Amino acid sequence: MKISEQWLREWVNPALTSEELAHQITMAGLEVDAIDPVAGAFSEVVVAKIISAQPHPDADKLRVCQVDAGSEIVQIVCGAPNAREGLVAPLAKVGAVLPGDFRIKPAKLRGVESSGMLCASKELGISEDNDGLMELAADAPIGADLREYLALDDKVIEIGLTPNRADCLGMTGIAREVGLLNALPVQPPTFDKVSATIEDVLAVELQAPDRCPRYLGRVIRGVDVSRPSPLWLQEKLRRSGIRSIDAVVDVTNYVLLELGQPMHAFDLDRLQGGIVVRTAQPGESLELLDGQTVELKPETLVIADHSGPLAIAGIMGGEASAVSENSRNILLEAAFFNPDMLSGKARSYGLHTESSHRFERGVDFELQEAAMERASQLLLDIVGGEAGPIAQAVSAENLPQRPAVRLRKDRIARMLGLELPDAEVERIFTGLGLGVSASDDGWVCSVPSWRFDMAIEADLLEELARVYGYNRLPATNIRAELVMPARSEAQLSIRPLRRHLAARGYREAITYSFVDPQLQRLFDPEISPVALSNPISSDMAVMRTSLLPGLVGAVLRNTNRQQPRTRLFETGLRFVPSEQGLLQVPTLAMVITGQRFGESWAVASQAADFFDLKGDVESVFALNRDPDGVQFSPGQSPALHPGQTANIIRRGETVGRLGALHPTAQAELDLAAPLFLCEIDLDAVLAGSVPSFAELSRFPGVRRDLAIVVDKSVAAADVVANVRATAGSYLRDLRLFDVYEGKGIDPKRKSLALGLTFRDHSRTLGEEDVNQAVNQVIDSLQKNFKAELRN
Amino acid sequence: MENLEQLATEAKAAISRAEDGPTLEQLRVDYLGKKGQFTALLKGLGKLSAEERPAAGAKINVVKQELQELIGSRKSSLEAAAVEAKLAAETIDVTLPGRGQTTGGIHPVTRTMERMEDFFTAIGFEVVEGPEIEDDYHNFGALNIPEHHPARAMHDTFYVDEHTVLRTHTSPVQVRVMESREPPLRIICPGRVYRCDSDLTHTPMFHQVEGLLVDEHSSFADLKGLIEDFLRVFFERDDLAVRFRPSYFPFTEPSAEVDIQCVNCGGDGCRVCSNTGWIEILGCGMVHPRVFEFSGIDPEKYSGFAFGMGVERLAMLRYGVNDLRLFFDNDLRFLEQF
Repeated sequence: MKISEQWLREWVNPALTSEELAHQITMAGLEVDAIDPVAGAFSEVVVAKIISAQPHPDADKLRVCQVDAGSEIVQIVCGAPNAREGLVAPLAKVGAVLPGDFRIKPAKLRGVESSGMLCASKELGISEDNDGLMELAADAPIGADLREYLALDDKVIEIGLTPNRADCLGMTGIAREVGLLNALPVQPPTFDKVSATIEDVLAVELQAPDRCPRYLGRVIRGVDVSRPSPLWLQEKLRRSGIRSIDAVVDVTNYVLLELGQPMHAFDLDRLQGGIVVRTAQPGESLELLDGQTVELKPETLVIADHSGPLAIAGIMGGEASAVSENSRNILLEAAFFNPDMLSGKARSYGLHTESSHRFERGVDFELQEAAMERASQLLLDIVGGEAGPIAQAVSAENLPQRPAVRLRKDRIARMLGLELPDAEVERIFTGLGLGVSASDDGWVCSVPSWRFDMAIEADLLEELARVYGYNRLPATNIRAELVMPARSEAQLSIRPLRRHLAARGYREAITYSFVDPQLQRLFDPEISPVALSNPISSDMAVMRTSLLPGLVGAVLRNTNRQQPRTRLFETGLRFVPSEQGLLQVPTLAMVITGQRFGESWAVASQAADFFDLKGDVESVFALNRDPDGVQFSPGQSPALHPGQTANIIRRGETVGRLGALHPTAQAELDLAAPLFLCEIDLDAVLAGSVPSFAELSRFPGVRRDLAIVVDKSVAAADVVANVRATAGSYLRDLRLFDVYEGKGIDPKRKSLALGLTFRDHSRTLGEEDVNQAVNQVIDSLQKNFKAELRN
Repeated sequence: MENLEQLATEAKAAISRAEDGPTLEQLRVDYLGKKGQFTALLKGLGKLSAEERPAAGAKINVVKQELQELIGSRKSSLEAAAVEAKLAAETIDVTLPGRGQTTGGIHPVTRTMERMEDFFTAIGFEVVEGPEIEDDYHNFGALNIPEHHPARAMHDTFYVDEHTVLRTHTSPVQVRVMESREPPLRIICPGRVYRCDSDLTHTPMFHQVEGLLVDEHSSFADLKGLIEDFLRVFFERDDLAVRFRPSYFPFTEPSAEVDIQCVNCGGDGCRVCSNTGWIEILGCGMVHPRVFEFSGIDPEKYSGFAFGMGVERLAMLRYGVNDLRLFFDNDLRFLEQF
């Protein structure tokens, strides 16, 4: 809502600067978004009239104008297309200073003298219009100072209103607020009611009284729409950002700004029979004022005559019944449409108008008659004509109800922490237009018809706080019983996990939860992802079923920026449709590519591989202290290298995948270096156990190393598991410390070296104890893996 | 006994010429050992008369003692020199960079969110999380956002189907807590939220931290105190000016928007605050009684307040980040700064 400060001060004029006023209403909840001067800074600009306009002898586009500047006739060379004889326009005289410190000096244009400049409105900082000279009214006083003539020493206050404050969508409401905040009376303009001088009445029928419980119509005959709106009206509209169209439209817009009542005018001669307010019927369509023809939806409320719809109620009028400059007789409309019934309707047609904006939020349902009178008076003053009586159709039971609202006095202190004197409470409520009566424990307030946001006690408390000033309210520290919260020791928190990964060289990434369906299909072709009905773009159209597409995208962006080495992790939800419904699974994902270490004098350049990432995964699981640890088994996963993919298994369940990006995918994505990725259910990482102490042995351990040769296809993990299972209870530690393939070994086989440490807690183990255990191990390895001992 | 003088001179010279331990040891054996030359001299005393013997013996012993000390001190200085030489040889350029894995880091949004959580958990708030794909009841209805409220409009909300949305705020987590627990409640709900909006100052996904306190006697004054404290500790500015303006949210009444003095210019006016000196930082208010009723909490017995703020916005102000979109670009040059 934009309003002229001067206009506001006509109603109520507090002794505050513009900035103080803006601050005051901002702090009362009417947030001022901007205060802008209505015109730029300029001087020595007068109203002038072009007496003659002759072509320039040496330039096609220039004209040589003789201009009456009041005190003198000056010659001006002008290139504006609308520079014509008889035009009244602003003239910057020699010596004038225009916005941007632009000084006007005598000049010669193509050899012809020019003593000043005729101005476009943009050149004066009045509007963005730069199409030609600013056209002033034909009767504007020649020679008058333009600033004075247009009263340009004014500012536009732009208020960003919250949707609950529909009452401030008109000057009445804003002035009411300013009056209350400054304890000043408000002086609205006074005018006389228009008495009917003709009998004409158009019948009004309310067929949908729940949507439109009140409709007023008034016939005005014999108007002359060619008469322009007066300057003051045009300027007020302009300063509120509304373009002047013609006097009839201007007046309805003016009433909308002044009182907050949207109105409409029909060309009476284009109406067939009376007005019917009803919902649209199937198949009806309407050409709107903006030129588009819409199919009316069945629940849409329309203003119709006996032949069909004329306007979408409260949103926009129709082209066919619109007032034009040829209209002689008009029907003025002032109605109340129920906000609950109207909300969302304009949007469903892709429309948003000054009218729908107000009706959706709530227009004072007792305002229609006053608005009709105000508009009638202005119209008769400007375009003449004779008014008929006001025809009103009303369905009282469908008008909004305003039950009285109770405020308990003790609630003020309890909810606001504030002691407010009774008299101040009553002053505030009265100033807002509430009816206040005292009750046993406080007050009972009747709510005015212009407030749609006061139904409960909390609403009244807000008004008190708001007018008193939020900033003046006390601030206290919260008080509560201190209860120690339960906290599971086994459950790891995500924070140390993040720190751990950071310490291992990973940067945390945050990628969008919606991803490119194609990239997603690469990783999870079998899952049909959750799709958005209204994605922001096609490459952000589905909810991720995996964090990997997003991380791969992040890697790509970095490698495209010549980053030689990237290590990223992310935690977040992935969204997996399943038979049990949609699963939103907390997930950890990691990705590495490029060099194993940062480029350094101290280590040779080595490309990172599968085991770098696997080591990091193992270190992550080590955080949770689970004695059962984590296992890996060869796996298959789309988009991953079939020979370098592992399933991550914990407590017998697959909780993640780990692998190298498939070389084909790597090539498709144009990645120079191999990429290694993993994705793990976060809960599996974070669910740990409480440490359990095992007694330390005082006796020495015995270590035996075994080197065995097995087929290459034998998984090391299976060998290790087998050793663990067969080595007996003295085995304390088991390490796989070497893997060898190549010279000296059958090309189909490989050598594994295992270090076994045996120890007992009650005695020193003898040679025979250890030998027995080792022999069991060897037997089992020979039997299960065709292992041979290596010499 | 002329021999003695000569032998002593010769031995002293040899000791001081010795360049290493073994040479020195050999000299000791040669002169002072059992078969050494001085031992031989002592043995030769028997040829002297009984009167001469004591004086000559004493003289030899003095020289012997002298040589012994000389060998000892030569040995120490040789050892010291050897240590010196070893240390010199082992000297490295300590200014060379160290070896090993580089250190990564936490995303600035996470870093900011963790800081925010810490301030609230320190005074008894609990961190609660919830689903990001939500039903419209928890995202809107239970928060007193009616069917046709602009917040539900297609242009703000990502829809999965008619009744399922990407949560537009973390408030549904608060609803779920109110539905399932008894007051008093003190929770904060951090997490990702989604709005169908993308331009210079909006990303379709961002993060919020919302808070909720429900108790028998919580007031707007408590809300003010808590928010003012939080903003001052967050920005580490005891004198940070904070102001509360009336606003409107369907789920709170009274509602407020909170501005802080611009942390970039100190309130003088700059690009960051659009020359107003103030920066809008969060929305808050007393929980609307209808929101309590939806979740089965008696609004006569309990009152409460809620607040919500954008994590990226706080991070931008705290660290001086000037482009929101950097947060989700994951450019290492950006991430490495945190």
